[in-house]
Amino acid sequence: MWKFLLPVAAFSGLVVLFAFGLNPHRDIHALPSPLIGKPAPQFTLTDVLDANRTVSNRSLRGHVYVFNVWATWCGACREEHATLLAIARQKIVPILGLDWNDRRDRAQEWLKELGDPYQSVGFDSQGRVAIDWGVYGAPETYLVDRRGRVLFKHIAPMTMAVWNKEFLPRIAAARRGGA
Amino acid sequence: MRRVAGGAPWRGLLPVLAGVALVAGVAQALDVNGQLENPVLQARYEHVTQQLRCLVCQDESIADSDAELAAELRGEVREMLLAGKSNAAIYAYMKARYGEFVLYDPPVDGKTVFIWGAPFALLLIGAGVVYRVVRARSRLPLDDEPTSGRS
Repeated sequence: MWKFLLPVAAFSGLVVLFAFGLNPHRDIHALPSPLIGKPAPQFTLTDVLDANRTVSNRSLRGHVYVFNVWATWCGACREEHATLLAIARQKIVPILGLDWNDRRDRAQEWLKELGDPYQSVGFDSQGRVAIDWGVYGAPETYLVDRRGRVLFKHIAPMTMAVWNKEFLPRIAAARRGGA
Repeated sequence: MRRVAGGAPWRGLLPVLAGVALVAGVAQALDVNGQLENPVLQARYEHVTQQLRCLVCQDESIADSDAELAAELRGEVREMLLAGKSNAAIYAYMKARYGEFVLYDPPVDGKTVFIWGAPFALLLIGAGVVYRVVRARSRLPLDDEPTSGRS
């Protein structure tokens, strides 16, 4: 009995392990954010378009909003930019941007050239705000609810498929739930 | 002639010395701020940055990585040490932002108990297999087996 059962059990275990470990849809570099369900870190930075103005996520308290981390040195950010513009045109939620470890002149040029989907963009030249949010690559996109809690984090370029599947249902649920 | 020949071996060493100087220069360049003045803090700085994983190049510690994010996190560690924070506070700070993955030495808890326990579980399974094989090969009737070998 054991001679038969043990190999079968061991094999089943390996199948489960490999099904998880070798799944091509799983991004091994994507890490679960410890921030999910926790209060979003607050920040006040200068506006990327105007160094004399400040941008803060405090003013978005009471609103569901999207927080998008980008930079001009990030190729994948250029890739997702059209999607962000399309999302902004839907006018469902505001998009707050974070220009990470970048140069202001380049960022301004980028927004002029490609279009500006953001309500406003904080200029994080030192990367301090990015550290608070646990950013380790760009682009990253977060969803924050009305109480200022992080609902979701997407690592990799934003696509319409991700927006429809991961973000829209969560936005709807957050609004229904009064959060 | 003899004296000249005697001095020659030094010439062979010159490229080696130049290489050592180069490597030392690169090693220093990683820490643009130089060493911390307090040697105790410097030792803690070196230890803590070895214990934190760089999230950009996920197989290096932030002490070894030359990624920009690693440099920024080294800066955070340095500032927290200078502000009198404990190592545990620094690890907690990093874990709150980047998750357990950032720690090279994760604590034993519900999620990591499998990783920590797996070697011991495998050792037990191996011991069980060895026990069974040895017992089968001894060809003794079960009754004559000493009972001490089994828990």
